[in-house]
Amino acid sequence: MTTSKQVLGLYKSLLEKAYKFDNYNFREYAKRKVSDSFRMNKDVKDENEIKNLYNEGINQLAMLDRQTTISKMFTFDKLVVEPLRKHH
Amino acid sequence: MMFSKSVRATPFLKDACFSRAFAESIRQFSHGLPSRMASKGKDIHTSTIVEPPKVQPPEGSTISLKSSSRDDSMFGTRPIYLDVQATTPTDPRVLDKMLTFYTGLYGNPHSSTHAYGWETEKEVEKARAHVAELIGADPKEIIFTSGATETNNMVIKGVPRFYKKTKRHIITTQTEHKCVLDSARHMQDEGYDVTYLPVNSEGLISLDDLRKAIRKDTCLVSIMAVNNEIGVIQPLKEIGEICREHKVFFHTDAAQAYGKIDIDVNDMKIDLLSISSHKIYGPKGAGACFIRRRPRVRLEPIITGGGQERGLRSGTLAPPLVCGFGEAARLMKEESKYDRAYIDRLSEKLKKGLLSIPSTQFNGSTNPKYQYPGCVNVSFAYIEGESLLMALKDIALSSGSACTSASLEPSYVLHALGADDALAHSSIRFGIGRFTTEAEIDYVINAINERVEFLRKMSPLWEMVQEGIDLNSIEWSGH
Repeated sequence: MTTSKQVLGLYKSLLEKAYKFDNYNFREYAKRKVSDSFRMNKDVKDENEIKNLYNEGINQLAMLDRQTTISKMFTFDKLVVEPLRKHH
Repeated sequence: MMFSKSVRATPFLKDACFSRAFAESIRQFSHGLPSRMASKGKDIHTSTIVEPPKVQPPEGSTISLKSSSRDDSMFGTRPIYLDVQATTPTDPRVLDKMLTFYTGLYGNPHSSTHAYGWETEKEVEKARAHVAELIGADPKEIIFTSGATETNNMVIKGVPRFYKKTKRHIITTQTEHKCVLDSARHMQDEGYDVTYLPVNSEGLISLDDLRKAIRKDTCLVSIMAVNNEIGVIQPLKEIGEICREHKVFFHTDAAQAYGKIDIDVNDMKIDLLSISSHKIYGPKGAGACFIRRRPRVRLEPIITGGGQERGLRSGTLAPPLVCGFGEAARLMKEESKYDRAYIDRLSEKLKKGLLSIPSTQFNGSTNPKYQYPGCVNVSFAYIEGESLLMALKDIALSSGSACTSASLEPSYVLHALGADDALAHSSIRFGIGRFTTEAEIDYVINAINERVEFLRKMSPLWEMVQEGIDLNSIEWSGH
């Protein structure tokens, strides 16, 4: 059984990873996609479906882990809409 | 320098003296922009170096080009990407899939004697199924190619050549992509007849014209699904009915439409369909062709050899590209509702923001049924599109197809709509995709508003219009 604590933990780690994209557009998309996906499925009650969604989320977390690492390896100039942070 | 070249080609600026002044002010103006493209050609990989803003309004001008509401040293320098009709960024999920083929799964999918071949082949077939699913086709009907251009060539040259003994006529439209028009021209040289259907002011073909154009020896009708410059959706279903009724093959170039609008090849009676991978966040260098099996469509292959892909396109497949393409197609299907709602919303916002500028015109259809929202083509009267693009170095835009953007010719698509030279010259295409953000759209609306106002203040034509002079009544001298 998947507990709501596990789901919340997954949400938190997915969002944390999403913030790690160096590419502005990918970062914004990942943030939006993670929060929208959880919001879209917040009324799911079926035990099996929750389990499937949870497993899917775990796969996505692994993908985000790999892709954010790659994104940090190849960085480009910041976009004109991106505020520059003084210290990285 | 590029600027003087564009000014020379400007039809508006008949007065040499003025054009020099114009070129000068543009030059100063672009110097005023803080090193937008300064990194061009060198070290784009390095982290950002913040340069002090060198914002200088052009001499004698009272207005500043730069937004006074923000300090540019606080922001990056790389332009916003708004040219998704040309190509899209590769989705990280697609790249994730592709990397497995560049690391472990390197077998040749056509090697049938060992496990390396089998595992890759299995993945390729999965990708084929994903690509087919999005258009309601059977996986066996999908042929992988190197892109939509190859597919279009393969179809337009291949089908008429196969049926050349009895059929010698091809029908297409004036607003097709260059690769279709060029292939058609090539077929004319081989002795085939080609009819180019005209379009109305919204870019749509007339079904009556099509019906009248079909002859006894017509072999193929090729009409693109979504136009790459203006985003108009042709009535595919009606065209499909007409073609089936007359037993003519119907090919549609769906490079811009695949995954973005609903296409069902059986419902729409499409016989051949071209797909490109890099327009759906997949890798560049991959594409596909749907070729119907029942009723069977036959064509003469352009590339012959080992007999891969049912003998229609020989050559070893590129599993990384093909499987990346398959993953991109799968994502397009999975996220279609989510993406479309998002693109719709941003498109609405952009359109509203741009059309609120006086003397602007939306190019395309006003009927949402015939217009893809991710493509917004707007004409800004009394401004050169190219000079506006020069002024917009912080936004990656195009005035039309990427294939023709090197030439300063006005768009042939807009010409076909009946737009006059001035409007065709002053049009800009904005492309919105999955990765466009709301902040970018806000920035673009703001930037375009400012720069259009600036360029118009310099334009003598705009001044004349403000004074109530009809520009058509002017007789230009000196040329």
